[in-house]
Amino acid sequence: MNWRKLDTPFSGAIIESLRSSDAVLLSGALYVARDKAHERLCGMIARGESLPFPAEGQLIYYMGPSPAPPGKIIGAAGPTTSYRMDAFTEPLLRNGIKGVIGKGRRGADVKKMLQHHRAVYFATYGGAAAYLSKCIVQSDVIAFDDLGPEALLRLAVKDFPVLVVNDIYGGDLYEDAIRNGKRL
Amino acid sequence: MNHKKTIHTDAITQTIVDLIFQCSFTFPPEMTELLRDMRNCEELEIARGSLDILSRNAEIAAEERIPLCQDCGIVTVFLEIGQDALIEGIPLVEAVNGAVAQAYAKFYLRKSVVGDPLRRLNTGTNTPCFIHTDIVAGDTVKVTVYLKGGGSENMGALKMFRPTSGIDEILQFIENHVIEAGPNPCPPLFLGIGIGGTADAAVLNSKKAVLRGIGSIHPDPAYADLEAKIKARLNKTGVGPLGFGGISTVAAVYIKEAPTHIATLPVALNLNCHSLRYGEALL
Repeated sequence: MNWRKLDTPFSGAIIESLRSSDAVLLSGALYVARDKAHERLCGMIARGESLPFPAEGQLIYYMGPSPAPPGKIIGAAGPTTSYRMDAFTEPLLRNGIKGVIGKGRRGADVKKMLQHHRAVYFATYGGAAAYLSKCIVQSDVIAFDDLGPEALLRLAVKDFPVLVVNDIYGGDLYEDAIRNGKRL
Repeated sequence: MNHKKTIHTDAITQTIVDLIFQCSFTFPPEMTELLRDMRNCEELEIARGSLDILSRNAEIAAEERIPLCQDCGIVTVFLEIGQDALIEGIPLVEAVNGAVAQAYAKFYLRKSVVGDPLRRLNTGTNTPCFIHTDIVAGDTVKVTVYLKGGGSENMGALKMFRPTSGIDEILQFIENHVIEAGPNPCPPLFLGIGIGGTADAAVLNSKKAVLRGIGSIHPDPAYADLEAKIKARLNKTGVGPLGFGGISTVAAVYIKEAPTHIATLPVALNLNCHSLRYGEALL
């Protein structure tokens, strides 16, 4: 694999340079939110409140870690299935989020939204949660502590591996896999 | 008068704690081998790379005691209770749930259970678990613990076919479903198929099916052939490891069939992710 190293947050130029199937090692901040945290963030946006973190150019990771044992930064930390966040994606993109990371297919509406708002959908390795935890160098709860494993976290990551699934040009890694399968 | 063997619920609790520990952090050797075999059959770099990462993940999980997956699963416990076994101690349901709560706290596993499907408050203990008991001959208790994540559970399916539906129709349903699920359930899949019975029995059999043993062959040659045929067909869909493309869409296919009604032909699918976590013990 030809890994390209990128720092977060993202600029528009980085987004334009990414194509589906590109392999990227991310370093910098990732904001962690899954189902319930998304519901709350979108509620805040709907009420006109400001988000608990500066969203401009940032990336959201769909994840709910296992608890950190004593002496560890975080527990297992692999991606959760992304389609459950489809209904909550548009308000976050509108507020400046430039990338989302999870696993699994997105709805047709989300793929269009990504092109419209110029943002990228990445997948990381589902079920490689112990492996991925090794790329996390810091983890802090920044909101919704009451949600337990669904709290909003800010991670600092180093060389966190992701693959571009949906780029801003309509590319789709998962659909390409099925298309190639027709030739098997 | 038959001899009765006494089994204390403390022993059942301890066994379940041990089994949860084992399958949350370690793969059996045959799983390690299977991952390597699939990797060596792949040509695409993206598929080989994904399977390498899954192998490395299992090594890190075992060495550093980090769970194989952050979704440490909802727990299903199967108990085959010999009719000549006498269970002593606290109520069995409490012993089993106590074991789950103890294991999930002690080993820092994620608690993923909400107490009510609509109110959705996390119970904080990963209980209750789901217990299925069968009364069998003998004086032993066989305990099987099965952990399954929500992402792959969401991809389960049940279809009630007409009794005159051909096998091709069933195969097409399975293929369509696995393609539609695609990357979501984290392939390579361990695909459990419950055929026959009632709707509920088929779904339960689709769960029991994947617990038959890695590398095991169905005892009925006709079903063994069918499993091989389904596997070959699904591995031509292109889905591949984690849906990124390749030939390892399913790691194994397991069918569990059951007698059924003259009007029905239920087919249930259990798409288990690559992280097949279960363990069993005999008391």
